[in-house]
Amino acid sequence: MQEFNPLSATVGGVLIGISATLLLLLNGRIAGISGIVGGVLTARSQDVLWRWLFLISLFLGAALYRVIAGDTELLPDRFAPILMIVGGLLVGYGTRLGGGCTSGHGVCGLGRLSARSLVATLCFVASAMVTVFLVRHVLEISL
Amino acid sequence: MTRLITAAITGMIFGIGLALSQMIDRQRVLGFLDVAGSWDPTLLFVLGGAVGVTLVAFRFVLTCSRPVLDDRFYLPTRKDIDRPLVAGAIVFGVGWGLAGYCPGPAVAGMTLGVWNPVLFVVCMVIGSWIRSRIEEHSRASTSASSTA
Repeated sequence: MQEFNPLSATVGGVLIGISATLLLLLNGRIAGISGIVGGVLTARSQDVLWRWLFLISLFLGAALYRVIAGDTELLPDRFAPILMIVGGLLVGYGTRLGGGCTSGHGVCGLGRLSARSLVATLCFVASAMVTVFLVRHVLEISL
Repeated sequence: MTRLITAAITGMIFGIGLALSQMIDRQRVLGFLDVAGSWDPTLLFVLGGAVGVTLVAFRFVLTCSRPVLDDRFYLPTRKDIDRPLVAGAIVFGVGWGLAGYCPGPAVAGMTLGVWNPVLFVVCMVIGSWIRSRIEEHSRASTSASSTA
């Protein structure tokens, strides 16, 4: 298994924090990815273009890193269509209902000292951990 | 126009951060969520690095009367902890635990050239759309009943 790298994890996290800070400082927007994705379909028309640009650039940024860093090693994985379909639907529905995801509630909400975001973050981390525990160790299905 | 350029630049920094920190590797995220397995602390360091920046920098940013390129900050105004917040977070967590993807890493993960993140993102958009339709519908029926 590929080693855990605390340096790249922390530097990557700092970059995410810098991105969120710049988006708030310059554009006045919260860098919550679920909200930005959701708004692509339902926001007022003058609010749609910046969302597309942010998301396309996020994709390109990840691609750029992978080109520069070379073939970064990934942990072994498999195609898991059922998990992607069910997981994707629940993540889309839940983030819309709860008003945010790991970036909106986690990175930005905690940064704003929002009590709502703290509660949401504790709830989704806990429910994700319970889910993984039940699926991997009780049902013994590999994710 | 300038706001579009800054949206693109910040999006790119976000994507580089997600790829560098290996959050686009769903098995690594699942390793963090699997507290009973061989626990992987990567996500904790990523969140720590990110929140470390926002905790300090947002204090300064939010003392400004408005953002540099717009008239106002677009911030959530609600303060109460209500059922939809908790229920939504729990539902999101179940999906996150099943797939190992949350929204940002899934979008960035589409660079991997495998089908998992692509399928996930399509279904995530559908899930979000379903919820927004339900909210629209309930708003419409509330206003209809109040006018009746």
